[in-house]
Amino acid sequence: MTATFKKSVTITSVDKLSIDIYSMWIQDKEIVSAAKPGQFLSLYCKSGDRLLPRPISICEIDKKNHALRLVYRIAGKGTEEISHYTVSDRIEVMGPLGNGFTLEGKKAILVGGGIGIPPMLELAKQLSCEKTVVLGYRDVTFLDSEFIPYGQVYISTEDGSVGTKGNVIDAIKENKLEADIIFACGPTPMLRGVKAYANEHGIKAQLSMEERMACGIGACLACVCKSKDTDHHSNVKNKRICKDGPVFYADEIEI
Amino acid sequence: MNTKVNIAGVEWKNPITTASGTFGSGMEYSEFVDLSKLGAVTTKGVAAIPWAGNPTPRIAETSSGMLNAIGLQNPGVDVFLDRDLPFLKQFDTNIIVNVVGKTTEDYCKVVECLADSDVDMLEINISCPNVKEGGIAFGQSCTSVEAITKEIKKYAKQPIIMKLSPNVTDITEMARAAEAGGADALSLINTITGMKIDVHKRAFVLANKTGGLSGPAVKPVAVRMVYQVANAVNIPIIGMGGIMTGEDALEFLMAGATAVAVGTANFINPMATMDILKGIEDYMMKYRMEDIHELIGCVK
Ligand SMILES: Cc1cc2nc3c(=O)[nH]c(=O)nc-3n(C[C@H](O)[C@H](O)[C@H](O)COP(=O)(O)OP(=O)(O)OC[C@H]3O[C@@H](n4cnc5c(N)ncnc54)[C@H](O)[C@@H]3O)c2cc1C
Ligand SMILES: Cc1cc2nc3c(=O)[nH]c(=O)nc-3n(C[C@H](O)[C@H](O)[C@H](O)COP(=O)(O)O)c2cc1C
Ligand code: FES
Repeated sequence: MTATFKKSVTITSVDKLSIDIYSMWIQDKEIVSAAKPGQFLSLYCKSGDRLLPRPISICEIDKKNHALRLVYRIAGKGTEEISHYTVSDRIEVMGPLGNGFTLEGKKAILVGGGIGIPPMLELAKQLSCEKTVVLGYRDVTFLDSEFIPYGQVYISTEDGSVGTKGNVIDAIKENKLEADIIFACGPTPMLRGVKAYANEHGIKAQLSMEERMACGIGACLACVCKSKDTDHHSNVKNKRICKDGPVFYADEIEI
Repeated sequence: MNTKVNIAGVEWKNPITTASGTFGSGMEYSEFVDLSKLGAVTTKGVAAIPWAGNPTPRIAETSSGMLNAIGLQNPGVDVFLDRDLPFLKQFDTNIIVNVVGKTTEDYCKVVECLADSDVDMLEINISCPNVKEGGIAFGQSCTSVEAITKEIKKYAKQPIIMKLSPNVTDITEMARAAEAGGADALSLINTITGMKIDVHKRAFVLANKTGGLSGPAVKPVAVRMVYQVANAVNIPIIGMGGIMTGEDALEFLMAGATAVAVGTANFINPMATMDILKGIEDYMMKYRMEDIHELIGCVK
């Protein structure tokens, strides 16, 4: 079993990447040495009004400096509170949580949609095979330039202001990208599209899923998704995204 | 210092257990808490057959609380006996199984399956607001509370804790009905039925529309109900509802609970049960108390 830690950690850097998009590095030896791409941390607010953890994906891992990067969008009151934290502030976190991506394949496409893009960065760094990166945005891009060292980067925007006009699947088709595996994180409609595309082309896909969470460790059954087969733990067709996921093979789950 | 309590003939090393549904069968939290340090572990609701639960979203955050409509997803009593019970037996703690059903026969079936097992107590959830058939209905009328308690007592070999719903006009009537039916102890409160609307989406936040409110937001209601019930019956009470700290737990003990359960707090702090126990011990030390019984029901 992998180790999970619940503790207060120090914020070592804070940046604003775009409107409502923030980047933050935290430092902690134990959490960082256990962390893998595709895993996430639960962040806890200081306000006692907001009890539940905010799950945020690991964007980058710097083992040498025991540091870990989180990139998040202000989506509500909790992330708004966190966006006001500054360097040397402390934040309560739990992690690393979840299974993370399985590093595999000969030729991969990494697909990130919107706020599903951050976890693809550490994956791009650690995945040694040949790879291309496809990033989907509504309009304004972020983090895209940071993927350049790891592979060819293709962009889609809904308004067509950058790259392909449309979604990530449109960009894959337009650029005739080929692969034997797709890794994807993003909104459910995008994941559904990736699953359908992978199915059509007979290739594997690892999808990172999202759901509201309370415990973050598999105990409360808040965060389930539908699975194709009866799950060994639940004995019904439900898998826990926080514990059995967030990354699943596309053919394991119903979306 | 004595923190031992006795609930219906079962000795607990301290008055702390976990609130059903917030702690699974202890497996996940055992990475953070030595389960042998708990007075008891109370499991997630267990039914006669596997239940898939409700669609998602199953939870929503509210001011100082949360709504849940998990819908009692559980793997069924067979998996519980084969997998979860052997796991729990490794620890030196009492095992309380929370029992759910849709009909009286369902409840009795689970109770019967557990009768000869190594389970120490049974908590009967007649109060979950998140399942449509049965569930809450049993807990909302005195006649059905008394009837189901009586029926379950016929099959049970362990002491029976009836878990009461706060979604009633007068909880003392339900408490008396359970006592009349032969309940060995009571636990309260289960969650308070609530609702949250997303004004931007103009839709319910929970797929189930309604959910059960828990966490600090419900604590004053829970303390009041424990106090009222303690004055209405002569069986021990396990108090719960929004306990986050040792002081919160002390409120329940002083109101008349013999033990307390920690629920939502586990989500915020996986070590909450241990911190709460330490809070109680520190309090006893500070006020030079020898025995926890000096605190139980001390506020009249
Ligand atoms: C595994 C996982 C990884 C994630 N990674 C990232 C990331 O790297 N960057 C990022 O910006 N966002 C990420 N999210 C989404 C992020 O968790 C939510 O945007 C955030 O919780 C919103 O909190 P809030 O207080 O600002 O919003 P509020 O709406 O005030 O939150 C209220 C409650 O709902 C929950 N909630 C709201 N939206 C979501 C959501 N989309 N998913 C899960 N819970 C939600 C909150 O955690 C909180 O408990 C991830 C979600 C999951 C499940
Ligand atoms: C996610 C969740 C799941 C729950 N599941 C159950 C359950 O299966 N059976 C039950 O009797 N109560 C269940 N409850 C109610 C709790 O056991 C407890 O009565 C209630 O939450 C109040 O305590 P708290 O405020 O400390 O959480 C659940 C509560 C939560 C938050
Ligand atoms: S958040 Fe509790 S099981 Fe996933």
